[in-house]
Amino acid sequence: MVRLIAFLVGLFFSGMLLLGLGDTVVSAIKEPALPTVEAGFHEETLPVTFAHDGPLGKFDRGQLQRGLKVYSEVCAACHSMKLVAFRDFAALGYSEDQVKALAKGWKTEVPSINPETGEPATRPGIPADKIPSPFANETAARAANNNALPPDLSLITKAREGGPAYVYSLLLGYRDQAGYKNEEGKELLKEFPDAATPTGLHFNPWFANLNIAMANPIASDDLVTYDDGTKATRAQMAKDVSAFLTWTAEPKMENRKSAGWAALGFLLIFTILAFMSYRTIWADKKH
Amino acid sequence: MSFPWAQEYKPQGTVSKWVDERLPLPRLVYNAVGAGYPVPRNLNYFWNFGVLAGVALVIQIVTGIVLAMHYYASVDGAFNSVEHIMRDVNAGWFLRYAHMNGASFFFIVVYIHIFRGLFYGSYKAPREMIWLLGVTIFLLMMATAFMGYVLPWGQMSFWGAQVITGFFSAIPLVGEPLRQLLLGGFAPDQAALNRFFSLHYLMPFVIAGVIILHVWALHIPGSSNPTGVSVKGEQDTVPFHPYYTAKDGFGLGIFLILFVAVTFFAPNMLGHPDNYIPANPLSTPAHIVPEWYFLPFYAILKAFTVDFGIPFTGIIIIPAKLMGVLAMFGSILLLFFLPWLDTSPVRSGHYRPLFRKFFWYGLIPSLVVLTYCGGKPPYTQWVVLSQIAAAYYFAHFLIILPIVSRIERPLALPNSITEAVTGKPLPAAA
Repeated sequence: MVRLIAFLVGLFFSGMLLLGLGDTVVSAIKEPALPTVEAGFHEETLPVTFAHDGPLGKFDRGQLQRGLKVYSEVCAACHSMKLVAFRDFAALGYSEDQVKALAKGWKTEVPSINPETGEPATRPGIPADKIPSPFANETAARAANNNALPPDLSLITKAREGGPAYVYSLLLGYRDQAGYKNEEGKELLKEFPDAATPTGLHFNPWFANLNIAMANPIASDDLVTYDDGTKATRAQMAKDVSAFLTWTAEPKMENRKSAGWAALGFLLIFTILAFMSYRTIWADKKH
Repeated sequence: MSFPWAQEYKPQGTVSKWVDERLPLPRLVYNAVGAGYPVPRNLNYFWNFGVLAGVALVIQIVTGIVLAMHYYASVDGAFNSVEHIMRDVNAGWFLRYAHMNGASFFFIVVYIHIFRGLFYGSYKAPREMIWLLGVTIFLLMMATAFMGYVLPWGQMSFWGAQVITGFFSAIPLVGEPLRQLLLGGFAPDQAALNRFFSLHYLMPFVIAGVIILHVWALHIPGSSNPTGVSVKGEQDTVPFHPYYTAKDGFGLGIFLILFVAVTFFAPNMLGHPDNYIPANPLSTPAHIVPEWYFLPFYAILKAFTVDFGIPFTGIIIIPAKLMGVLAMFGSILLLFFLPWLDTSPVRSGHYRPLFRKFFWYGLIPSLVVLTYCGGKPPYTQWVVLSQIAAAYYFAHFLIILPIVSRIERPLALPNSITEAVTGKPLPAAA
């Protein structure tokens, strides 16, 4: 009885799936899927390597400091960084006094209340503060940005496929749409005349739907002056800020990797000993 | 106890004797995983995975309890509390990554454990109850893992919860009210998050309870073995301790090396980037996909694309969505009937030439294809592949297996485990 019912259930499910298969094939032939702009013109991330790549990689402190400079002087005008506190910057190699100065000198002040009147007010940052956001709330952020919301950057390299390489590619990915061709030499606007970037958006083939609300943030060299004398080319700034955003998303990466090696070393010895005791104990038993 | 030649627990010293007379817990442990449990001597490495699954559960419970001390189940605070754990709690990043990847590794070892059972016929008499309890554990694990994935309240958490609870709304008439009752609202929100957290904390202990029953049921007939031939005498077995504690110790080392390698060096490899974006009920991710261990079932769900009805009348009896949901649950529930679908008296796949072909060239590839297609967007090629694979999956268990068990001519079985191991026939039984 069980097997009879099972047979009928199996016949039903498999049969419906095969019917569905026929249906899928027929409709695919009748109405073949139209090619999409994204499929033909969305670009893979650019090849870029960082000091922190790989199981042995460590952050380049100088690069992180340069990245912070790019973030604070360029990105922070629109993008918040709510999960990172000023005190965390000590990990970038700054002294306690430097951290205090960074917090105090941050362009946006920390929301507060006037101790005399209780009215909303602002005060300079201290190391314990999280980095203050450029806009008071989402409505204010959208109002100032053509109704687009600049995402918080704390976790951006973990929240996007491709991580830091994606951020790097996106920052350098602004192109002139007129006459833009992909690697196969197909011209976007000839293949998809309707895909012209709407006003208020910007063409960037590294962005998911090719049109991004953010204007090119590093359109020219030397937007910042690096303290260590590094030449602030566009690629240099993009790379530095991508490394910095990797650190903000994963500040404990170096602890994680070094703890990982210690754990692996311990386990290797444990496993060898366990294997030897296994062989010893079983030596007299054929199995 | 299973075998008369099992070593007996002999308490040494007055304290041990005192305890043994009042609460024989050490005796219980001795008989369960000590020298008092005789185990077939020919178990291969696939028999390590039961113990490994137990270890994985312990890892999840220990890391989970500490995480719960720092986690805050609130739609406004959950995401940030997880990031607080990652950034400010001592070794919090380790606890969180270990818990996150621990879930994946739990499923990896449990899947291998299940496939061991499927290939070596561990579900057959007299071990049906062990199998039924095992499938129950698997269902509980899936529920626990799903609710755990909701807790960080990222984009995939929220939209995963939306999709999975949406299955209930496919049930005719009562579906939508039932969904609202389960969620405590019209969509996943504070009420749902709170109850998921509560249940996510409860379920592992329920799992631990069913594992005790699973192991208890195992100790009635004793462990199966790769030949599938029953234990005939003392020469066929070795005491669990030290023989299998040593072998499991080595297996555990290998398991932990792989677990540590992923947890410390590629902790987000098995996750989805969208879950690092806080949940936003107003913005749907481009592709909602579950965690990798649910992908084959997700593929089955999506593979049903036509309604079942009376042709040319437009009357629909079972809509495609409901059928997908039924099939998805059915794909797991059918495992409960496996002991009665596969009627071959031969347990081990080694001695079943036809069964083995369907297992390696049918079942395994179909599950690989389903896992792969489950993570893909619904383009024609992936839908077609998952429809073929899902059709095979159901046919394998419900149609092919019962027929194969009837028509197959199994190979000659060895007379005993010892004969299979040593290659020498036993002296005539005394």
